[in-house]
Amino acid sequence: MSEQTLARPAATGFDVNAALLVLLKARTFIALILVFAFFAFAAPNFLSVANMVIMSKHVALNAFLAIGMTFVIVSGGIDLSVGSIVGLCGMVAGWLILNGIDLGLGFTIQFNTFEICFLVILVGITVGALNAFLITRLNVAPFIATLGTLYVARGAAMLSSNGETFPNLNGNAAYGSATFRLIGAGDFLGVPISIWMLIVVGLAAAYIARRTPLGRYIYAVGGNEKAAGLSGVRVNRVKYFVYMFSGFCAALVGIIIASQLVASHPATGETFELNAIAAAVLGGTSMSGGRGRIAGTIVGAFVIGILSDGLVMMGVSAFWQTVIKGVVIIAAVVIDQAQQRFESRLALQAQAALGK
Amino acid sequence: MTTIDHPVGLSIRGGTKVYPGTVALKSADFDLRMGAVNVLVGENGAGKSTMMKVIAGVEQLTEGRILMDGEEVVFRTTDDAARHGIGIVFQELNLFPNLSVADNIFMARERTRAGIDIDSGAQREEARRLMRRLEHDIDPDTLVGDLKVGQQQIVEIAKSLSQNARILILDEPTSALSSAEVEILFRVIDELRKDGVGIVYISHRLEELLRIGDYITVLRDGQITGARPMEGVDLAWIVRNMIGDASKDFAKDVDHAFGPEVFRAEEITLPSSRGGLAVDHVSFSLRAGEILGIYGLMGAGRSELLECIIGGVTHYGGRLFVEGKPMAERSVSGRIARGIALIPEDRKQDGLVQILSIRENMTLSSLKAFATGIHLSLKQEALSVADFIRRMTVKVASSEHEVSSLSGGNQQKVVIAKALMTRPKILLMDEPSRGIDIGAKAEVFRVMRRLAADGLGIVFVTSDLDEVMALSDRILVMSNGRVTGEFDRADATETALVEASSLGHGPDAGRAGHFREAS
Repeated sequence: MSEQTLARPAATGFDVNAALLVLLKARTFIALILVFAFFAFAAPNFLSVANMVIMSKHVALNAFLAIGMTFVIVSGGIDLSVGSIVGLCGMVAGWLILNGIDLGLGFTIQFNTFEICFLVILVGITVGALNAFLITRLNVAPFIATLGTLYVARGAAMLSSNGETFPNLNGNAAYGSATFRLIGAGDFLGVPISIWMLIVVGLAAAYIARRTPLGRYIYAVGGNEKAAGLSGVRVNRVKYFVYMFSGFCAALVGIIIASQLVASHPATGETFELNAIAAAVLGGTSMSGGRGRIAGTIVGAFVIGILSDGLVMMGVSAFWQTVIKGVVIIAAVVIDQAQQRFESRLALQAQAALGK
Repeated sequence: MTTIDHPVGLSIRGGTKVYPGTVALKSADFDLRMGAVNVLVGENGAGKSTMMKVIAGVEQLTEGRILMDGEEVVFRTTDDAARHGIGIVFQELNLFPNLSVADNIFMARERTRAGIDIDSGAQREEARRLMRRLEHDIDPDTLVGDLKVGQQQIVEIAKSLSQNARILILDEPTSALSSAEVEILFRVIDELRKDGVGIVYISHRLEELLRIGDYITVLRDGQITGARPMEGVDLAWIVRNMIGDASKDFAKDVDHAFGPEVFRAEEITLPSSRGGLAVDHVSFSLRAGEILGIYGLMGAGRSELLECIIGGVTHYGGRLFVEGKPMAERSVSGRIARGIALIPEDRKQDGLVQILSIRENMTLSSLKAFATGIHLSLKQEALSVADFIRRMTVKVASSEHEVSSLSGGNQQKVVIAKALMTRPKILLMDEPSRGIDIGAKAEVFRVMRRLAADGLGIVFVTSDLDEVMALSDRILVMSNGRVTGEFDRADATETALVEASSLGHGPDAGRAGHFREAS
């Protein structure tokens, strides 16, 4: 959390309220430090560079989805379909690398890596646009609309290969698709490509959220859709953007996983949507819309990711990991509620001090 | 008709109710007579609803006593009041549309066997009996959501009667009813009156009151200004007591000349969800620098008219012109760009995004002005917000606080600032003084005057006679979706406005309506 202001010691002494507020606001960050410090002591090899790289790659996958999810939740919706989009996009990538597109005229079109990525992203965005279409034009509740596309996209992924895995996605140098592997395996300046991608997407999302009219509209729509509409915000456009952006993020994850595994399996990405929602909520995003930050979400994704990887390294059973993850999420929301109440009380006090 | 026939069933002595910041009721003495219709009249905020809430146990008196049969009673909850035979039908119906009529009537007082099993047979039978008493053929198994508003009102009344209500309070029962439904309701009230039930009837429709009332009580600013039997009461008497002699001072300062026409609406027509037309062929024009007041009762179609103009609803008919050129834009943002801005009636629901900061709310309509391409200049935004906070004298600790931390008046100023930031040519204001205190009201009105002097055309909707008389250069009166009167400030009188605002609500209008449907 970058924009924390330090508690100013007032002339009358230390301002306890302000300090408490800063602590509450930075809670996810504090949790991240605590979790990190704990595993640094408790888990062997936790601090090794190799482990850091592996862990950050894991976290990145969830972080992409969580960034897209944050926009959707802030706008007052929910996107359950991202896990399935990951699976579908992985299969599309696998298909394009292995088979190209058969035009049925006796020859097929083959694609290079960029074209493949472009087409896969297009698929992700299209599913997102379909979500938005269902929600805005046909008035389907976001939960139901995206639940529907969750099944449709997953089914489509299964159908594409009859449930089989597309193996050996090494690409073909002759078609220019041999570089596909580098997305998951390559690095630049010692940092994995997927992390660079996360940095770019994260910065872009944070910029959109804070410094563009579109970002402000997302918050306004989530806070009060009717008032936003009457203020001249094009509510439907905003919704199209958030779902398409979420689809875009999911497509990136599909590509990265297919590249990392050099294979794509249609069941990839099951329950990813729940992890993404958890990261967003952990980062302070309010499920009722209008409140949440990209930086918070990314920190939230790191907390969840480090927690689960660290527990694995300590040899804690997978069952206990699940329980611990659940407890952390609930605790995060409880503290969030406390912060909201505290903050609005401070604002009211300040207002009352003005004598109305 | 003598008072002997109508014993006093409940009285308030020295009733005072204080809310933070305002005194809603000032040492009121009120007698409620049984077997009669006690009508209660006054402007918005005069204290009618407060007094009824006190009787129904929703609120408690700060000072004073409530007496029933000579003994003091204290109603801490609505249940207390219900036990004493007091039932209230609120203006906004408190029914569950997803449940059946019988379920609604017995909500939280279900007839049960052994405390757990609902005896639906008995409930149905009882509901049917109540419906017969109210002369309505409503099947107890019908879902309330499938009923017409008038029938829903009957269900509410049945609910009160099922609790053996001896006193029935009806808060603006006819505001959502068609004239035919009003007739039925009046028959029901007549029956209840014969059964000795004491009825309190609140309404803004003065003609109705004259017709149905036996006793009348007029409230103004929390005080009872007139109370007498209905005989000999006329409109002029009611209006005099409602308004008082001393008009509140929203004085108009200097006169300024009007500019050319900035806006014209022609034949605006909006179908109503209740059938019929919510806005019925309304046309008007507005000149630069002019303040046009639209006076009318709740449900007269005033807010709907403004929603048509701003583009909040799109399924209306008619034509709009800005500065003589037809308005092709259908979207709200397109219309804002053409120079129209709306200050909605319901600040909370339609005006503000409560969880965003004051700054973010203020600039929501005009963000494009602070953006180059997609990049938003936060610095420029902050400067502009600080400027408007100063100009509108909004009292804020910090523009970064949530807008919900402000008082009503300051919230309203934020909404107005938001509209002004779009540099409008035409400002639509729906009940701009609703729910704000006197001081803030005066400031809002001063702002309106100044804006008009700067050449803005203002259309403002109000149900406050004082306001419309004091602020408007010209007054339109709407009733039942139609324009029923147009007055220049010079020749408008309160009586004329009130009369025009209740046109089309009498039995004649009902017949005309049926005739139209039949042909």
